[in-house]
Amino acid sequence: MILRLALGSLMARALTVGMTVLAIALSVALFLGVEKVRTGARASFADTISGTDLIVGARSGPVQLLLYSVFRIGNATNNVSWESYRDIANRPEVKWIVPISLGDSHRQFRVMGTTPAFFEHYRYRGGRALEIGAGHGLDDLYDAVIGAEVAETLGYAVGDPIVVSHGLASFTDHDDQPFRVAGIVARTGTPVDRTVIVSLEAIEAIHVDWRSGAQIPGQTTPVERIRQMDLTPSAVTAALVGVESRMQIFGLQRWINEYREEPLLAILPGVALQELWQIVGVAETALTAVSAMVVVTALLGMMAMIFSSLNERRREMAIWRAMGARPATILGLLVLEAALMAAAGAVLGLGLLYAGLVVAQPLLDSAFGLWLPIGPPTGREAAVLAGVIVAAALASLLPALRAYRLSLADGMMVRI
Amino acid sequence: MDDPALTLTDVRFRWPGRASFGLSVPAFRMSRGETVLLLGESGSGKSTLLSLICGIVTADAGRVAVGGIDLATLRAGARDRFRAERIGVIFQQFNLLPYASVADNIRLPLRFAPERRKRAAADEAASLCAALGLPGGITGTTAGRLSVGQQQRVAVARALIGQPELIVADEPTSALDAATQDTFLSLLFDRIAAAGSSLLMVSHDERLGARFDRVVRLADIAQADRQAA
Repeated sequence: MILRLALGSLMARALTVGMTVLAIALSVALFLGVEKVRTGARASFADTISGTDLIVGARSGPVQLLLYSVFRIGNATNNVSWESYRDIANRPEVKWIVPISLGDSHRQFRVMGTTPAFFEHYRYRGGRALEIGAGHGLDDLYDAVIGAEVAETLGYAVGDPIVVSHGLASFTDHDDQPFRVAGIVARTGTPVDRTVIVSLEAIEAIHVDWRSGAQIPGQTTPVERIRQMDLTPSAVTAALVGVESRMQIFGLQRWINEYREEPLLAILPGVALQELWQIVGVAETALTAVSAMVVVTALLGMMAMIFSSLNERRREMAIWRAMGARPATILGLLVLEAALMAAAGAVLGLGLLYAGLVVAQPLLDSAFGLWLPIGPPTGREAAVLAGVIVAAALASLLPALRAYRLSLADGMMVRI
Repeated sequence: MDDPALTLTDVRFRWPGRASFGLSVPAFRMSRGETVLLLGESGSGKSTLLSLICGIVTADAGRVAVGGIDLATLRAGARDRFRAERIGVIFQQFNLLPYASVADNIRLPLRFAPERRKRAAADEAASLCAALGLPGGITGTTAGRLSVGQQQRVAVARALIGQPELIVADEPTSALDAATQDTFLSLLFDRIAAAGSSLLMVSHDERLGARFDRVVRLADIAQADRQAA
C-alpha cells in the first residue's frame, strides 16, 4: 500500500517528477554509453591483431608504429629498405614475415601492398584467419582484394575496376594502371574491412613513372612493359613477423633494434597496445569522471526537487502523522519515492542507451571502425544501475531527514 | 471498561523551540460514548490540545490518558501506533492524500494499526461510503477529484473505519456551506452513534452546540500562555 501511495504521489507530480526522471535517464544513458564506447574501443583494438610476434618498422615510437601499421592511423615517417627487410627475413628465428607497403589510397580507403602471405598469417580476434568471401586472392599483378566495408560503401563487386590514387588525399590518380577487384574479404571488424589490398609488386608498378612523389611528365610506361620489369620494391613501410619459437622473440627484437645498417624498431603488439592504453587511459578516466559527474548532477537536481516539494507537502505529512505514521515512515516514504524515480530513470536510461546503440552502431562502425555489440546488460552495467538507485536513495536522505524533523515539529498544526 | 474515553490532569505543555506558546489544562474528562463540543477562538490552543490528545506531542507535566492509558508511558513509536489504533482524526479540510484513491485514503490508518485492521470488515470502506451518502463506486476515485463536501465525508469514513474509541475532529465543517454542514453533521453523529465512539469536536461555531451532549469552552478548561518571544 505504501508503494502504491508513493507511486500515486509521484504520478500526481508527473511534470516535475518526469523532468527529474528524464535527467537521471539521460545521465545514466550517457554514463553507460561512455562505458560501452570505452570497452568497445578496447575490445576492437585488442581484437585487431593476434598471432603476430613482432612488428618491424622504421625507428619511431612503438605506439606510432602499431597505429600506422595495424590500425592505419597516422603515417610512417620512414620506410624500411628492402635490404634490411631481406636481412630480417633471412634470420633463422623468423618463421614467416609479411611486408606491408602503405601510402596510397582509393577514395577514403587506404591501399596496402603486401604479399599473399598476409592472408596466410594475419590473425584477428584470438586467432581467426581472414576469409575471402567472394572471388579469389592476389593472383594477377593488377588484382585487388578489398575489405567488406570498402565493397559495401562503394558498391563494388568482384570484377569491378579500381583506380588507386597517389598519396592519401590527392587528386592524382594512377589511372594509367587500373586494378580489378579480385576478391572481397568477409567482414572482420578490423581495419582490414576498410583496406584495399594489392600486391607489393603492384605498388611498385604504379610508381614506375614516379620519382620523389611526383609523376615524371609525359612518361607513361605501357602496362605490357611493366609486366616484364623487375618489380622488387626498394622499401616497405613495415613488416609483420612470426618467430619459430616464442623464446626467440626478445632475441630477435634486440637484434632488429640494434641493426646497424638502418635505424629500425621492432615491437611486441601486446606491449605497444598496453602503452597505448596507458596514454588513452587518462582520457578514458577523465571521460568516465565527467559522465559520472553528470549522474551526480542529475541526482543533485532530484535532491533539490525533493527539498522544494517538502514545504508544499507538509500538509500531506501531517495527514500521515495523524493517521499513525511514524516519522520514520515519512522518511522511508521520501526515500522510496527517490529510489522509484532513480529506478525509472535507470530503466529509461537503459532504454535510451539501446535506442542510441541501434542508431549509432552502423555510424560508429563506418566512421571509426568501432563495432559496439548490442547485448543484454553486463554485470557491470547492472551494478552501475543499482549504484545509481542506491545513490539516489542516499541523496534523498538529506531532504527526507528534514521532512522527518518537520513532521516531528509540526504535529497536526500545519494549516494551509 | 469503566475507564473514561479521555482524561487530562494537570497538563502543561510548551512547544519546543517555540517558547512563545504554552498551554495548561488542569482537568478535563470525557466519558465513553460522550460527544463534546469544545469552543475556542483561533489561537486559543485548540490544535495544541488536539496534538496532545493524539500523542503527536507529549505533555511536559501532568497526565493525558486515552481509554485509561497514559500516553506518557508509551514510547514514540508505540504512541504513533496507539493513535492509529484508538483515535480517528478529521481535519478542517485537506484531509486526504489527493493522489490516493478514496479506498486507500480510508484504509490508511489501518496500515499502521493491525488490531484495528482486524476489526475492520473487508468491505467496510465501501459500506461506510454508502452510509455517508457517497455515490457508489467512489472508492476507486482519486481523492483529489472529489468536492470538498465529499472529501470531508471520506475523512469521516477514514476516522470511523475499524471503530476507534475516540474521534477527534478539528473544525470539520468550516470548509462547508451551511446546508452541507447540517447534512454532514447528521451523518457524522449517526455513524458515531453506530460505532459507539466518543467525539471531541473543536470549533468556534456555537450554533453547533445543540447536537452535543456537552459544550465546553476551551477558556474554561485551559489556559493559553503567550509570551513575547
